[in-house]
Order: sequence, then C-alpha cells, then structure tokens
Amino acid sequence: MEISAGDTAWVLTSAALVMLMTPGLAMFYGGMVRVKSVLNMMMMCFLALGLVSIIWVLYGYSLAFGTDSGAGLIGNFEFIGLQDTVGEVEGTIPTLAFVMFQMTFAIITCALLAGAVADRIRIIAWIAVIVLWTTFVYVPLAHWTWKFDDGAGGWIGDRLGALDFAGGTVVEINSGFSALALAIVVGRRIGWRRDPMRPHNLPLVLLGAGMLWFGWFGFNAGSALAAGELAATAMINTQVCTAAAALSWVLVEKFRDGKPTTLGIASGAISGAVAITPSCGYVNPMGALLIGLAAGAICAWAVGLKYRLGYDDSLDVLGVHGIGGLVGMIGIGLVATTAVNEAGGDGLFSGGGFDLLGKQLVASGATMIYVFGVTWLIAVAIDKVIGFRVTPEAEISGIDLDQHAETGYELTDTTSGAFAGVGQHGLSEYRQKEQREDS
Amino acid sequence: MKLVTAIIRPFKMEDVKSALEQIGVQGLTVSEVSGFGRQGGHVEVYRGAEYVVNLVPKVKIEVLAEDEDAARIVDALVSSARTDRIGDGKVWVVPVDTVVRVRTGERGDDAL
Repeated sequence: MEISAGDTAWVLTSAALVMLMTPGLAMFYGGMVRVKSVLNMMMMCFLALGLVSIIWVLYGYSLAFGTDSGAGLIGNFEFIGLQDTVGEVEGTIPTLAFVMFQMTFAIITCALLAGAVADRIRIIAWIAVIVLWTTFVYVPLAHWTWKFDDGAGGWIGDRLGALDFAGGTVVEINSGFSALALAIVVGRRIGWRRDPMRPHNLPLVLLGAGMLWFGWFGFNAGSALAAGELAATAMINTQVCTAAAALSWVLVEKFRDGKPTTLGIASGAISGAVAITPSCGYVNPMGALLIGLAAGAICAWAVGLKYRLGYDDSLDVLGVHGIGGLVGMIGIGLVATTAVNEAGGDGLFSGGGFDLLGKQLVASGATMIYVFGVTWLIAVAIDKVIGFRVTPEAEISGIDLDQHAETGYELTDTTSGAFAGVGQHGLSEYRQKEQREDS
Repeated sequence: MKLVTAIIRPFKMEDVKSALEQIGVQGLTVSEVSGFGRQGGHVEVYRGAEYVVNLVPKVKIEVLAEDEDAARIVDALVSSARTDRIGDGKVWVVPVDTVVRVRTGERGDDAL
C-alpha cells in the first residue's frame, strides 16, 4: 500500500505524545514517594527511556514484530539493528514510524514497574530488570497480541482472535502482574504499614496525571495507526472513560473515607485510561462510560488489597494497571460492538454471546500467568546474582543520596553547603581574594 | 532580662504579632515548628489508607524583654492567641543572662 501523509503525520505525532507519558509518569510516581526518594523514582523512569530505546532498535522490535518463529510465541531476528526497515511500509505508514510508535509503548510499560519497587532498590538491579524484563516479558507479549500475519502471527491477537486495541494485556495486565512479582521478591520497605509513607508532592502527582491523560490520546487513538474514524472513536472513548473513572474513584472515597482526595481523582483518571486502553477501538462512548465507572470503583477498592495480603506494591501498579487492564479486557467481552469497528467483535450485551468474552478471559489469564511467572524468575535471579536492596541505613536516610549523590529539593540557603574543592566558601573569603587580585 | 517563648496556632500568628506591636514590642523571632501535646494529631487518607499525623504544625514566637515588660507581653500573647479550644499552645518565660547587639556590641537592656 501507499504511504498516507495524514496517517503518517498522526502516528508520528502519537509517538511523540506517548513518549511524553514517561516523563509524566516520572512526575506522577515521583510526587507519590517520600521526599528522600523522588529522584530515584524519576531516574528509574528516565533510565527506561534510555535503555529500552536501545534494546528496541537492537533486537526488541525484531523479536516482537519480525516474522513469527512458530506457534505465535516470538518473532525472529530479521530486523536486527532495524535492518531492512528503512524505506519499508507498514499498512499506510512508514515502517520506521511504526517502530518508533511501538518503542514508546515498550518504554512506558517498563517504567510502570518502578512504582512497585519505590524507595529501596539499587540502580544496577533496576538496570538488570529493564534489560531482562523487556527481553523476556514485554517483547513476547507484544508479539502475542500485535503481530498480525493473516493467522500466522501472534497467538493472542492473530490466532485466538482476542481483542486488545492499545495494550490491555501487553501494557496494563503485563505491568500490573509483573509489578506484583517484583514487589514480592524485592520485599517491603522498612517501616511499611507502621510509618507514614505519604506522597510528598501532590501537585506534582496531578501534573503527571495530566500529562499521562494528554499522552494517552496518542497511546489509544494512535493505535488506530491511521488518521480516520477509528482514531476519532478511540479518542472520544479515552476521554469519556478517563473522566468517568476519575469521578467514580472519588465517589467511592467520599462514601468510604469521608473526603474526595486529589490523589484519588488522579488515580481514578489513570485507572480509566488504563481500562479503555484495550477497549477504545471496539466500544461506543456509552460502553466507555460503563467501563470507566466500573474501573474507577473497582480499582479504588483494589489498591487496598496489598494491606490485607501483605505485599508492598508501593504505588499500586497492580491495583491500578493490573486490575484496570482486566476491567478493560473483560469489558470488551461485554460491551464491544461491531457497529463501531467491523474488525472487532460483539460482546455479551451486544448479542455476541460468550464467544468473545471467553477469548478475552483466555488472553488475560495467559498474560497474568506468563508475566507473573517469568518476572518472578527474573527477579529471583537478579536478587541472587546482584542483590536488589540498598542497605537499611541508606533506605532510611534516603535512596536519592545513596544511589545518586543528589537530593530533590534545595529550598533553603542555610543548608546548601560549600562547593567541595573550590575553597571559596563565603563573602569574606571572596573579598580577600578580590583584594589579592587587585594588589 | 527575660525570654518569652510562645507556641501558638499558625493562623493566630498575625493577631499575636499586632497585639505585641500595640504594647510596644520592637522585635521578635518566629519559627515554624511541629510537635504534639494534648491536641493529638489528625488523620490523612491516601488511596484509602489512613495515616495518623501526630506532629501538628505550630508557630514559635520568641521575644526578648526587660524584666518589668515580661508580664505584659505574656498577657498580650495569651489573650491574642486564645481560641478556647485544645491546641492553643503554651507560653513560658525564662531568665536571660546576657544579650548583645551584634552591630554595636551593646550589652544588657541597651541591646534590647
């Protein structure tokens, strides 16, 4: 097919929008941790931006979107180093636009995991997580769901026929249940459930949530890979579902806890954007509204599970992304309609029976089991070989200083100290030096 | 000389300052502090998890005064900082041995 200028422009724009989600996530997460670990959290996100980009062009794209090596499980090495992609066309856009768009998904999915291990892991262990997890978890999942080759592509999308428009399995259920495995292996923070671990900067959380909401239009509407009707459907659904979930989360808070909170409205918005991610191209706006109301309420409940079950998924990657992704995947099986997208399907409430719902459950269940199992193995290996945790002293006094020799905020002059080695510490020394130079 | 120290509610700061100015106090030091007393803390809720925050923010005011002015300053502080609810704070007075004005080197009452 010929390259469409309109489609290409939209996908390029969408890639840039999705790229911005990772710095947005850095703020969303960074504001939620304590003041002594804000930089470490943001650093984990930015390291994912750096490292996953390289992995993607070296071999990640090829293994995810190369010709299937059999059984729909993994691609091959035909595009290693992005060879044979320049000048090629994918649908109506240049292959390189598709490579770039998909790269930004791999980046943010990996960065999402950082929320499960806040405040406590060595940066070298995080780097190992990025490399191993992207290679053995993200890349196969992307292949399973999004490698289409007339029935010879990935097993979830192309063979089973389960629907996942923009990443309910690949991004959301994947990050959520991988995060659970990581949180279990890494262990709880010192003082968890005893000491207050309140968000240190909620305005930063809200700014980050806003950037994520904005970028999500690229994430979802960009996944149409064309600037047309389907992209418009995905965009309006994204807005409706995100808005509905933001409201239903704070409604739950109002009745359960007494007050609607800013962290709640930010979290609710994200849970809605998560739930509409797989479904935005298959449901109508009323379906999106239902999915959003359900996602906000269910996720608001799900984030409390960790206190009952005893795992420190610090920033609720499972509660928001894992559970929100499940809501969206199952929502497709209920309210999807071919009136929106002929390539989609009809859910239970649209007269499609249990067929689609069954496929959605199989895809979700297989994703949960695979990503939890493999991430758990990777995490145990990293813990044995490298070791995850910083020392207890470093964790209590602050991981920012320990791992990065920096602190996030310098709000007062009295503690700003002297520039080591320069030897010019105050006004009197400055005057003396001036006098010496004059004479 | 005396050092009058008061721990008060932050929102009473302006009332207290103007009350002290009215009785002729010419300088004071203010710091933001936190602590606990009979007031106890408050509860904050993040994603449904309740945290008891038991250190409450307060403002600390310190005034250096001549011996005979201390009582008036205490009275002004107490009446302007009071809301009649638990958590209004404390005022105390301690004797001061030496005060020096840094600029001039003046000592004692002259330095006030």
